[in-house]
Amino acid sequence: MNVILIAVIVLGGIGLVAALILFFAGKKFAVHEDERIAQVAEVLPQANCGGCGFPGCSGFAGACVKAADKGSLEGLLCPVGGQPVMEQVAAILGMTAEASAPKVAVVRCNGTCESRPRIAEFDGAQSCRVQQMLGSGETACAYGCLGCGDCVAACQFDAIRMNPETGLPEVDEEKCTACGACSKACPRGIIEIRLKGLKNRRVVVLCNNKDKGAQTRKACSVGCIACQKCVKVCKFEAITVDANLAYIDAEKCKLCRKCEDECPQNAIHAFNFPPKKEKPAPNVEPAKEKEA
Amino acid sequence: MKTFNIGGVHPAENKLSAASPIRVAALPKQAVFSMFQHIGAPAVPVVKKGDEVKVGTLLGEAGKGLSVPVFSSVSGKVNKVDAVLDSSGTRRMAVVVDVEGDEWLDTIDRSDKLVTMKDLGNITAEEVVNRIKAAGIVGMGGATFPTGIKLMPPPGTKAEAIIVNAVECEPYLTADHRLMLEKPEQILVGVQLIKHAVNCPKAFIGIEMNKPDAIKLLTDLLKEKAAQYPGIEVVPLKVKYPQGGEKQLIDAVIGRQVPAPPALPINVGAIVQNVGTVYAIYEAVTKNKPLIERIITVTGKSVKQPSNFLARIGTPMQQLIDEAGGLPEDTGKIIGGGPMMGRALMSLEVPVTKGSSGLLLMTEKESRRGEVSPCIRCAKCVSACPMGLEPYLLASYTRLKDWDGCEKNDVTSCIECGSCAFTCPSNRPLLDNIRVAKQTVMGIIKARHMEAIKK
Repeated sequence: MNVILIAVIVLGGIGLVAALILFFAGKKFAVHEDERIAQVAEVLPQANCGGCGFPGCSGFAGACVKAADKGSLEGLLCPVGGQPVMEQVAAILGMTAEASAPKVAVVRCNGTCESRPRIAEFDGAQSCRVQQMLGSGETACAYGCLGCGDCVAACQFDAIRMNPETGLPEVDEEKCTACGACSKACPRGIIEIRLKGLKNRRVVVLCNNKDKGAQTRKACSVGCIACQKCVKVCKFEAITVDANLAYIDAEKCKLCRKCEDECPQNAIHAFNFPPKKEKPAPNVEPAKEKEA
Repeated sequence: MKTFNIGGVHPAENKLSAASPIRVAALPKQAVFSMFQHIGAPAVPVVKKGDEVKVGTLLGEAGKGLSVPVFSSVSGKVNKVDAVLDSSGTRRMAVVVDVEGDEWLDTIDRSDKLVTMKDLGNITAEEVVNRIKAAGIVGMGGATFPTGIKLMPPPGTKAEAIIVNAVECEPYLTADHRLMLEKPEQILVGVQLIKHAVNCPKAFIGIEMNKPDAIKLLTDLLKEKAAQYPGIEVVPLKVKYPQGGEKQLIDAVIGRQVPAPPALPINVGAIVQNVGTVYAIYEAVTKNKPLIERIITVTGKSVKQPSNFLARIGTPMQQLIDEAGGLPEDTGKIIGGGPMMGRALMSLEVPVTKGSSGLLLMTEKESRRGEVSPCIRCAKCVSACPMGLEPYLLASYTRLKDWDGCEKNDVTSCIECGSCAFTCPSNRPLLDNIRVAKQTVMGIIKARHMEAIKK
């Protein structure tokens, strides 16, 4: 009986002392986490894609709270959740979310199998990065799509797929969250995260080739040859040619599509526009037939 | 028989051109001098379109930091200074010269007469290093590291052994072998110059046993003229790839192990120089001749005349192939360098550079990689790796993008010799993946380093 009593008292005593130490240590070394971080994290998509530039959703939530304490949420955007999620975040933090224009990934290469002849064959590890490291790829263009699909592997939203016919990746605009993972994965920097534009309409130079015109032409029939025609025809100064490559500034572009018609290489493409009313077409075609 | 301790493989030697003496390649019609012929900062062009140049004229001066100058190997007129396709497959800055005649600068001694240390008189060590730097010499085994820098040991280190790399462990290549047979004494003077430059009493010439004629020739020469060439020893080595790797060679010859990066061979007291580099040093110091030509092997199983050429730097590869009997019909792949570490060329317009040791024309059948099948955990790659790494593991980490795992398993120690991929029975592209990891991890380490400096 006595033994049991001693055991209970000793163990109970140790337990009590340990509990007291833990109690005070817990108070003393408590890490105060802002409650708002957990609240913000709850409304985030929890994709942990890193598209915002922070390590995962909780990292982004922490950054939002910090920014809110400084007074502004400017520059912070969850590309996956977009505007609605940012509004929720702002509501939790008692701020107003700034309107941010939605973006989408754009593959700036149109070098399909037909327009860009293969001059070599790569049979190493099927990865764009490996190909880029070992040489200039299978075509004569050292800037265009390598076609091994590193971008496809990087996408967490199944929004980018290789088209086996063209050998180029295609972006599903519905699914794309503009997180930028594909853009980072591309060793040639072909994929641009670009403003979605009014009614999702965009005019884009689908080329990344920085070689001189003559060399580009040899490598690819739809490459930008830096002829400057688009620059001249643009009334809004939206197009610049830098390092032998034209670029259309999405913020300045008014979607007039003049450059698209002007480009002799068909390197400029317009997305999501209604089909053009081709008035002269019926007249032209019979004329051709007559000639033949 | 000496050799290195860890790993190694035995690819078929195929030294087809070993018996063909060095031929002087014809002058090209147009020569292309890339400004990116070495590791480090590119050279900066100092000529412009229309300039007249002679053999030996400076075309590009050394860039900032780690860099070397580039000299013209032909005489004529500068056609353009522009981005030109080079062996990396991209367009990079180069000087293109239209060749007219063959006029040399008067300062270059073109005679064949052997100049010995005695003839040089009291040349100082600084003077030797300065002449090597001024001649634009880089490591000619393929790594193209500026030689002048290698001959200036950082403070706190001392050269205890010069090791001349005459291993030529890459199959097919015979450029170094032929050089030793045809210019043995010049090489010995070159070794003396290096010894003098870094004040090191001992030098070894490591040669694999598959070159018995070169071993005999140099050993006999050293015996005969022992008084003239003291402190030089020929070390015959067992045939094993990659014995020509700097770290493997140090292990094989003097039995010392270079620690993981950032440690250098000089940290264990060794300086390794390729035998081609030694010859270039001889020519630069004694003949005042910059690095304007090199020996290159053009070979392959269906090449009509596998040859060793003394080619001017800047000569298009196409011309060398024509001189070796033309492009065989069944060519599947053309490799710049040897079959183990060389890289496939995308175009034959690319010129001979300071680092071009060979041109290998593989037949269609040889050039195909086998079908990739799953890893069977046989660990052949582990026993083949000369750096003691676990290639299968590193390749898996790469696939999973686990860069921490790669770093912990010393991916940066990889010397990219390709032994793992060579030995893999499942034909897995191990090296392809490991290269990606090595590049990424080196980037991460560099970024971390920069961050630390900032703080």
